[in-house]
Amino acid sequence: MTTNQDDQTQKIGEALANQSARTVTVLSSLLAIEDAIGYIPPRAIEQVAAYTDSTINDVWGVASFYTNFRFTPPGEHTVEVCWGPTCHLLGAQEILQAALQALGLSEEGDTPDGKISLKYNTCLGACSQGPVISVDHKIIGPQALGGLKGDAMVQRIIEIISQLKTGASNA
Amino acid sequence: MPDFEELSQESQRRFQELEAGDKPWIRVGTAVCGEAAGAFQVIEALNAELDKRGIAANVSAVGCLGLCYAETLVDILKPGKPRIFYKNVTPEMVPGLVESYLVGDDPRQDLALASFGDGSLEGIPRLEDLPMWSRQVRIALRNCGHIDPLDIYQYIAQGGYAALNKAVTQMEPADVIKEMQDSGLRGRGGAAFPTGTKWSFLARSPGPLKYILCNCEEGDPGAYNDKGILESDPHSLIEGAILAGYATSASNGVVFIRHGHEGPIHRTMRAIEQAYELGLLGDNILGSAFSFHMEVSLTGDSYVAGEETALMESIEGKRAMPRARPPFPAAYGVWGIPSNINNIKSLSYVSEIISRGGEWFAGIGTEGSKGTAILCLSGNIALPGMIEVPMGITLREVIEDVVGGVPGGRKVKFLQTGGPLGGVLPADQMDIELDFGVMSQAGAILGSGGIIVADDRACAVNMTRLLVAFCQYESCGKCFPCRLGMTNLIEILERIARFESRPQDMELMRTIGQNMAAGSLCGHGQLGWNPVQSALRSFPGDFAAHMEEKRCPTGQCLAPVFTPQRTRSRWTSAQPLELRF
Ligand SMILES: Cc1cc2nc3c(=O)[nH]c(=O)nc-3n(C[C@H](O)[C@H](O)[C@H](O)COP(=O)(O)O)c2cc1C
Ligand code: SF4
Repeated sequence: MTTNQDDQTQKIGEALANQSARTVTVLSSLLAIEDAIGYIPPRAIEQVAAYTDSTINDVWGVASFYTNFRFTPPGEHTVEVCWGPTCHLLGAQEILQAALQALGLSEEGDTPDGKISLKYNTCLGACSQGPVISVDHKIIGPQALGGLKGDAMVQRIIEIISQLKTGASNA
Repeated sequence: MPDFEELSQESQRRFQELEAGDKPWIRVGTAVCGEAAGAFQVIEALNAELDKRGIAANVSAVGCLGLCYAETLVDILKPGKPRIFYKNVTPEMVPGLVESYLVGDDPRQDLALASFGDGSLEGIPRLEDLPMWSRQVRIALRNCGHIDPLDIYQYIAQGGYAALNKAVTQMEPADVIKEMQDSGLRGRGGAAFPTGTKWSFLARSPGPLKYILCNCEEGDPGAYNDKGILESDPHSLIEGAILAGYATSASNGVVFIRHGHEGPIHRTMRAIEQAYELGLLGDNILGSAFSFHMEVSLTGDSYVAGEETALMESIEGKRAMPRARPPFPAAYGVWGIPSNINNIKSLSYVSEIISRGGEWFAGIGTEGSKGTAILCLSGNIALPGMIEVPMGITLREVIEDVVGGVPGGRKVKFLQTGGPLGGVLPADQMDIELDFGVMSQAGAILGSGGIIVADDRACAVNMTRLLVAFCQYESCGKCFPCRLGMTNLIEILERIARFESRPQDMELMRTIGQNMAAGSLCGHGQLGWNPVQSALRSFPGDFAAHMEEKRCPTGQCLAPVFTPQRTRSRWTSAQPLELRF
């Protein structure tokens, strides 16, 4: 347990020291940690405070403001479904409903087995390809699913998500 | 210090080698639209196939040509032939295409979308003749989809950095501002403020430290043109920013991008590095006395971070909450240092304006809105994509002629323009011109250029509810008219959508909306009533059906709507609130 914690402290330290931002701030530090370990554990808040010479309050303030930060470990895979107006018109709600059902969730969140985190995304930026989802930060639209539409597309997406859940590769 | 003339010749030489060498040049669209369509898998398949067959070719990952509906778009230039664009290419199609056109000489008319360049090919239309291309005037998007965004020499070969060279060798900073004022360019980030005038404010601020902030927060759902430019042609933004720096005697530039958008982030960072390597950024640019430094700053997920003062807070690493103005950015900007903030599109015009003169730019467009509009079209249309058309063209021409109208024989019901705060424009107003003034008179905002087309299956209540859910979720929470007002609005709209509204809800919404407009600190709250107001004005029947007849004419409201919950779990489960003002 202790070694795990030491491990994480070290990983966070490395993420802080190696961040790509030229101007280091509380936000750039938090983003670097999120990229490195996927979430912001309490110790990261303390480490960022020390690293940026800020208070723990300030760091919590920033971390709790931006909606991308999470404070518990994410699932093994992250699935994001865009609910922007374009994707909405093109069937995003059907995808969301089916995905929630397939994962046994009532709203965005993590499956109890820790396999999948489902997130609502305000806009993935690929509106011309809507409706889009992203799986582990790779954006996928109907075109990449063989041009499927409507129910067939929703079904294919659910297959992808189910494969992630059972651990099968989705190559 | 390399001489610009030499640099330009070297770039020409390299480009010539690609374009007129003895190897085919294959360009694959890999902006976010291409990525979503599977472009990287197509490149993989292409490289594998070329390897297998021992064909030597140059393969470039380019940005977005704007014909997003045709992604993955593969553009093959064979020696002595025009370029051929192949549409909707999948990894499975690659071996056949390579076999036919690279091993053999069959251009595969059946897979081709268009040809481009000298010469024509039987059975393949020319790109210039496609309706989606023929109406365009490409200034800011001039290089998008044509050049490799990771190769600065390709940008220079297309005339890039010549404007910067012209400015630092032949023009005074004041001349640059004068050209910008003559051009009549108004900001493309939403507020449409004249760019040259904005620069003149910063020029008068004391130095030596001054900032040029380039806003690519782009949180508006439906708009991806800022990211599209950075992914496709980052140097056009960087050159524009350096010119803005020269004109205002600024010392530093920051490109502000939301984290997670790897395409634009990576390409912009690389482009900045390359500009440093060639002496186009850094100290004594091109041997002149002018020095300018640039970096990328990433922000977290927050829509309001795109507001100019919130953006400065975010760069400083704080919560993206707007500041009270005055003091204005030109007096007190990021880190308290005088700053100028512009949208990516605004800055991407600058090098062309300086090269060709402000008057040339002012000759395009309308009296009040010069130049072009860079639009992202999506939703229920045949040909979604990113286009650049002259201001003054009507929305109907854009929708029906340029992007192919609504598929499936359906009719347009409304256009959702200018981001969630922009609201909806009904189909019967589509004959208005693209023009900042005309559009705002019609109750719509051109904003950052996102146009979402909804056909007659859409319900105005459903869309309004979605837009307000976005605005509520994204309120930064600094001031209560917006924070609570948005929450109350979404609560009422959800009630309307569930057919559970009360007679007094309409009046209650208006009161809340007016209070938000009057009492909010930034545009988010001030305009937050706009989506509801515009829908009420254009589609009173949709609201009456839900509120009085307890039915949804399109049936859309019968299906569940999932939107994120933020700071409202207690509100939504509570009894309907009685507000007294
Ligand atoms: C809530 C809110 C969000 C905004 N988001 C953006 C944005 O994402 N990108 C942008 O360029 N401008 C955005 N703006 C407008 C900016 O405040 C600013 O006017 C603009 O960046 C100035 O650039 P311009 O003069 O080139 O238009 C936003 C404004 C508000 C009120
Ligand atoms: S109007 Fe809304 S978004 Fe703007 S400062 Fe106030 S709470 Fe924040």
